[in-house]
Amino acid sequence: MVHLLSILFLAIDGFAQMGAGIGAGLAAIGAGIGVGLIGSSALESIARQPEAMGDIRANMILTAALVEGVALFAVVVCVLILFL
Amino acid sequence: MAHGEEEPNHSSTTQNHQPEKEDGKFNAKKVILEHISDSHEWHFFSYPSEGGYNDVALPLPCILYNDVNGFSFFLFNKLHHGSVDGYSLNAEHHIGRSDGEGFYDLSITKNVLAMMISSILLIWLFRTAAKGYTARPNQAPTGIQNLMEVLVSFVRDEAAKPFLGNKTDKYLPYLLTVFFFIWINNMLGLLPGGANVTGNIAVTTTLAIFTFILIITGSRKHYWMHILNPPGIPFGVKIILVPVEILGILTKPFALLIRLFANMTAGHLIVLSFLSMIFIFAQMSPIAGGGISIFSVAFSTFIYLLEMLVCALQAYIFTMLSSVFISEAIVEHSHSEEHH
Repeated sequence: MVHLLSILFLAIDGFAQMGAGIGAGLAAIGAGIGVGLIGSSALESIARQPEAMGDIRANMILTAALVEGVALFAVVVCVLILFL
Repeated sequence: MAHGEEEPNHSSTTQNHQPEKEDGKFNAKKVILEHISDSHEWHFFSYPSEGGYNDVALPLPCILYNDVNGFSFFLFNKLHHGSVDGYSLNAEHHIGRSDGEGFYDLSITKNVLAMMISSILLIWLFRTAAKGYTARPNQAPTGIQNLMEVLVSFVRDEAAKPFLGNKTDKYLPYLLTVFFFIWINNMLGLLPGGANVTGNIAVTTTLAIFTFILIITGSRKHYWMHILNPPGIPFGVKIILVPVEILGILTKPFALLIRLFANMTAGHLIVLSFLSMIFIFAQMSPIAGGGISIFSVAFSTFIYLLEMLVCALQAYIFTMLSSVFISEAIVEHSHSEEHH
């Protein structure tokens, strides 16, 4: 049992890197889903009311930037794991 | 061996060392990190010569202060010859002291010089536009005034006025400064040989601190009432909500700085990674390097164009969110009456 634990501890650097990679991938999934939802509802509302296209486009870009900001938090944390 | 004892002021010197190839392998991590981080010299390019590579770099002045020894001024390339005043380069090429004492590093680094250059550019641009208004009052704008009018009215009408209302003119100078500063620095960082200013977390932290100071100094009583005693909330929820709101005062500027920093750094990282892939594949075989270079350059160009959009977008987002947070603090919203 002790040997198994010590082997695990030897690999802990690799575990950290794997965790960072998986975390960045999950963040990308989250950003993709989030921005996809924003885009789909923006397109739907443009289809319903084409004369509001300018307003909708501005709000869509703003909301997309906010959602991507959150995903970038996760990426920054993963990069910190790798380099600190 | 590539330079003698001359130390020319403010001109590039060549050093002979091996920047990218260590024990024959291309060190992608080192190259990428060097490009996106700050440094005490402005590295332009390296060309191969016998015995390694020659760097063409502009050494920048180091200004260091120690409580014991006082100020020290010297150009960075002096540290390559040995230690100066007790300061020397340690293993990671950072300045350190051999006797372990603390010191303050106030040097003009690459990012500081880039900020100075972009500030001068901004001042020149806006002075030229402003002179037109004093020289030709009440006439149609000409030249650069047209462009400045479009951008300034964009910031005022889209980012400031919808939120700040009649207090726009008080905060518009700050918002315009932040918008153009971030945009110009982002764009200059994209040029080859440019410095990654807004990807430096100290720069974005300072900008977020400015917004935070404006929020706190402009805040009215109703802002604090809304945080500590949100109207229309049942008491049980209020116990959870109030700490979250108090933390929210800090997390909102924090989100601003992380967003700008991460967007800029990530963009640079992606471009550099794709271009480094060419060299990594070329290590295996020149044909693989040539083949991947077509795909890599195409993708890098696409990301570069996206980065140009992201530069302007992130500047706009920072400005707009600053104006939203400031307006939360100063403008008495009428929605509070709906809760009662």
